[in-house]
Amino acid sequence: MQKEALSKGFIYLLLILGSLLMLLPFIWMISTSLKAANEVMIMPPKWIPTDIQWGNYIKAWFSAPFAVYSVNSVIVLIASTIGELITTILAAYAFSRINFYGRDIIFSILLGTMMVPGEVLLIPNFVTLSNLGWIDHYQALIVPWLASVFSIFLLRQFFLSIPKELSFAAKIDGCSDFRFLWSVMVPLAKPALITIAILKAIGSWNAFMWPLIVTSSENMRTLPVGLIAFSTDTGTKYELLMAASSMIILPMIILYIVLQKYIIEGVARAGIKG
Amino acid sequence: MNDKPTMKKTMKAILYLIPALLIIGTFSFYPIIKSFFMSFYTDYDYFKDLVFARGLDNYTFIFQDPEFWKSIQNTMIFVIGVVPLSIIISLVIATFLNQKIKFRGLFRTIYFIPFVTSVVAVSIVWRWIFHSQYGVLNYALGFLGISPIKWLSDPDWAMPSLIILAIWKGLGYNIIIFLSGLQNIDKQYYLAARIDGAGAWERFKNITVPLLSSTTFFISIVSIINSFKVFDEVFALFGGQPGPAGSAETIVYYIYNKFYGEWNFGVASAAAYVLLFIIFIFTLIQLYVGKKKVNY
Repeated sequence: MQKEALSKGFIYLLLILGSLLMLLPFIWMISTSLKAANEVMIMPPKWIPTDIQWGNYIKAWFSAPFAVYSVNSVIVLIASTIGELITTILAAYAFSRINFYGRDIIFSILLGTMMVPGEVLLIPNFVTLSNLGWIDHYQALIVPWLASVFSIFLLRQFFLSIPKELSFAAKIDGCSDFRFLWSVMVPLAKPALITIAILKAIGSWNAFMWPLIVTSSENMRTLPVGLIAFSTDTGTKYELLMAASSMIILPMIILYIVLQKYIIEGVARAGIKG
Repeated sequence: MNDKPTMKKTMKAILYLIPALLIIGTFSFYPIIKSFFMSFYTDYDYFKDLVFARGLDNYTFIFQDPEFWKSIQNTMIFVIGVVPLSIIISLVIATFLNQKIKFRGLFRTIYFIPFVTSVVAVSIVWRWIFHSQYGVLNYALGFLGISPIKWLSDPDWAMPSLIILAIWKGLGYNIIIFLSGLQNIDKQYYLAARIDGAGAWERFKNITVPLLSSTTFFISIVSIINSFKVFDEVFALFGGQPGPAGSAETIVYYIYNKFYGEWNFGVASAAAYVLLFIIFIFTLIQLYVGKKKVNY
């Protein structure tokens, strides 16, 4: 019994140590972001600032057009999340409830595209968007991301688990397919839809390579692209860099903590499919 | 109700599918085919869609380009550095979290946090942690008697820095998948083993590891594929450069640079297709072995 207690203690010790290693970068980020400039580059490092400088956040916010970057990020996030939900709901319904010619082939082809790394799509998409005149416009940041095979797959699985009898009953009551989808299926699939929306929102907020490539002017940049530009300009003012990084990192951490049930479930479910 | 495909149902399905298929067709399916053809364009005006000459030149070029081989080598080092270590650490943590433990949810929450954060932003935070003179990492290593390491400016340390960052960032994802795999293992095995007097290590070695083999396999393939695509970390950690003296140039950075830095679309497409080919092989392995089930 004593041995058991000892090993329990050992497990706690390692878990706590590991958690600290996970959290320290964030703690260090916040600590640095609140320091006076002369307290940043010192040895030994100071974990708690002598004088808390909230002003660093204001300074960072105004040393680059972060207001513009944030608005762009929010617009792209909302538009692409809502858009993806709509296309996903419609497509998942067709794949799960309508038996049409070529259904299985089309579905397999879609799944096949999931294996292809996004880097392969980069160049033709850039050219397509250039020809449409969309480069450096919101359309370029939003439209290519309005549908996702992965989400369609996830929601289709969920729809398949809803008993078919429901739709028979609805049909007898004279309910149209379309109305049935929105007033019965969608409310039932709420957990899956929330998972899809959050994973999309996180992905959109954090996306880097695509916004980097399709934006050229400062006022079209999203937060991650803006942060990189800011880091090149600011150089070694780490207190400002850390304040700016916090502004990108903290909203997603808060969103995650509030909605973690859906995120973790979604990740676990997506993982199990393998 | 008869459930056979009919013309009427197909027309209806098309209406439902149009939005998704239009987007996926234009921005996923078409580019997959297009960039394959593009990888053979040697003389072209891409924006006007004029091709004057085709050939294998782009492929010959990349296979003779030392920079390309360097990027393959770096990516391999990255994969080998990240995948096994990350799997071992996350398996151990997941096993711990699967015990009767207090604050389990809290631990799980904490380990997963890095996964939801912006790669670019956390890379900039790590840039500061890795600072050779004032970084906390070198400060901590100082207690172990290790003299300051030039993490980001010494070509020999660029890859290790990248690997440390990637392991830290991806641990939570693996832990979640492992935990869901662990929950599928029948508790009776552990009970039986306990009755037979098997210790914790023996239970781990003889029950957990073999029964978790399909989960481990899945995570390995997903991690390998994702690691082959590493880019954001490189870009943000080294301030837009592929590490000191190109020491952290990865395949995707190479593609990015040929495409966006040099506007050499043909060569970039050829390199992208090499990446696709590598990933395709791993996907095939996954499909093949996944069907056979590694599980007992």
